[in-house]
Amino acid sequence: MSALVIKQQTGRLFVIKRLQAFALPAAIFAYLAYVFVAFDMAGLKDRVSVSNMTTLVSDTYSYKTHVTQDNRTGNITIAIEGEKKGRYAQGDSPDWVQLGDNTSVDLGDGHIVTLGPDVSYTVPGYGVISATPGKRGVNAVLPAGETPEWINASKNRISITTDAGRLTITRNRTEVFRYFTGWELFFFTLDSPFHGKSFAQLVSSGEYAAIWQEFWSNKMWRHSDVAWALAETVLMAFLGTFGAAMIALPVAFVAARNFTPLGSARFVVRRLFDFLRGVDGLIWTIILSRAFGPGPLTGSLAIMLTDTGTFGKIFSEALENVDGKQIEGITSTGAKPMQRHRFGVIPQITPVLLSQVLYYLESNTRSATIIGAITGGGIGLLLTQAIITQKDWEEVTYYIILIILMVMAMDTFSGWLRGKLIKGGAGGH
Amino acid sequence: MAENVAQIQTDYLGQMRAKRVMNMILLILFVALMMLGFYTADARNAGGFWQGWHNILDFPGDVVSEAVTRAHLLPGYFLKYAPSLLETINIAGAATLLGAILGLIASLLATRGLAPVGWITGPVRRVLDILRAVPEIVIALILIFLLGGGPVPAMIAIALHTVGALGKLFSEVNENASLKPVEGLASVGASWLQRMFLGVVPQVAPNYLSYALLRFEINIRASAILGFVGAGGIGYDLRNTMSWGQGKLDEAAAIFLLLFATIVLVDQLSSHLRDRLTHGARVKGARQ
Repeated sequence: MSALVIKQQTGRLFVIKRLQAFALPAAIFAYLAYVFVAFDMAGLKDRVSVSNMTTLVSDTYSYKTHVTQDNRTGNITIAIEGEKKGRYAQGDSPDWVQLGDNTSVDLGDGHIVTLGPDVSYTVPGYGVISATPGKRGVNAVLPAGETPEWINASKNRISITTDAGRLTITRNRTEVFRYFTGWELFFFTLDSPFHGKSFAQLVSSGEYAAIWQEFWSNKMWRHSDVAWALAETVLMAFLGTFGAAMIALPVAFVAARNFTPLGSARFVVRRLFDFLRGVDGLIWTIILSRAFGPGPLTGSLAIMLTDTGTFGKIFSEALENVDGKQIEGITSTGAKPMQRHRFGVIPQITPVLLSQVLYYLESNTRSATIIGAITGGGIGLLLTQAIITQKDWEEVTYYIILIILMVMAMDTFSGWLRGKLIKGGAGGH
Repeated sequence: MAENVAQIQTDYLGQMRAKRVMNMILLILFVALMMLGFYTADARNAGGFWQGWHNILDFPGDVVSEAVTRAHLLPGYFLKYAPSLLETINIAGAATLLGAILGLIASLLATRGLAPVGWITGPVRRVLDILRAVPEIVIALILIFLLGGGPVPAMIAIALHTVGALGKLFSEVNENASLKPVEGLASVGASWLQRMFLGVVPQVAPNYLSYALLRFEINIRASAILGFVGAGGIGYDLRNTMSWGQGKLDEAAAIFLLLFATIVLVDQLSSHLRDRLTHGARVKGARQ
């Protein structure tokens, strides 16, 4: 009889378990399906910008040099990425551009573009495309046969895109792009005397101070500004984290049940911690930047306020879990309250506190990047600025690599410090 | 003998003194670093601390006064911004869910002894390290450029970061899991998937869930911040009302309140659930 009951019960339990095993994946699937609809993922493929994607990807590992002719005056400007900072001096040109009455641009692999009143582009295996841009259109002449799809021609504009480069002719302007692999002018800009010199030449020249100066003040990549921005970000994380820890530690004693018998004081402090945490870094950043303006101080204080709440909660929980025996022992030697805390409590909670604080140091380096993007300081600001221009993707890539390295370095550093302080038994400060 | 004791005493006191001096030097160095840091931060800030600190209540004051004078409009604003709030929560929820699922798989691959092939742990760990190191905002901004604004870039960005963070935490949990059930299952010919989902996951599920809940708390905040840089949700509305300035500050106040209430509610809920997961239901109400 009882065996039967048990069998029935077990059977029922198994059915429930089996249903549960299906219910969880089903619930997850249902939620994801709901999100899929709510976020309009189906419409996403219309919104994806393929051209943006190709620009981004090709820009991260290559750059282009623009050779531009003003068709009315015949003036030629050569500029890397078309930027003023990367413009060649008048009369100066890279070796693949032959300046003259008819400027010849060698795009490599036999692709030759000749600029002048008549523009021509020799494409190997296809023929010569010529054009005479003027008031009545570009007057392009293509080789006989069907126009291939890489040529886009109309009366007033023709654009030719090949593997070697790109030629665009309008009535007023003729522009040639040639693509190169790498990051342009990373070490020295064109106006620097060290541009184009090999590493061996630089080493043998012996002018290390001048070389460093030129590199450090590179106008295109702004190495000194980037270094400052990284330092600001780390500074925000450092000040925010340790400032918060220093404020939270004494206040946490008030929030811990075993140190503050007064319930109302405990309640007030705990709600204060909850408030600081709940308002969140975003809102603190907004409020503080209204008072102090953008910059690293605003970021530090925002991190400090949020983390005072977080640390307060963590520390007070750690304090509630301390072993009373150690305090009792210290008390038995006639220690005063301050001494009891110093020698009975602090050594017990130091490992917990330090490991938490150091963990937050690493995590706050990331927060500082984000806060910098909102409040305008540090590497976060440089990154958002570079992304907003929508063309300096090589700089974006550079900043991202630096950010990843920075966070990893902070991770390693905090791990090293944690090992050193906790296992070394130094007991902190 | 007595000499010996005296010797030990002087040695001990000397050591103590050296240690105290060392700690003192470290402390002074630390304080000096902090002060130098604050000084530098202050100097590089657009407005200084000493000029700005008495203005600190101006903006909250404006917000509160506008909210108070038009308090009767607040319930309407709560309703108006509820869909955005839901979007922010959904971004966090979906990102946590996706991140936890992928993180679970990655963590199994990153744990020695559980990975199906030994060499895979190293590469998976490096990938997790990189995912963790990239701040969400980086991925979000690039995806906004590619996909346009909206919740999807934020969701993907947060999910990727979550994979990195949870993958690491999960794999630490996995390391403490007993391998006996796995061996038992292996001996009856279970496949790798079966060994993992029947042998490992049931052991570690409470810890997983607890970490995932903690991550959800963090992700709600991240989702609000990403909205502020253009990824939809309540953060985006907050930026719009804020840049409008005076006249819409009552709406900003409503958004502040919604955000605050959501964060506190999720924090409390998840901390309660996590407490139950780690201590069981028995100690209900033991904390707070």
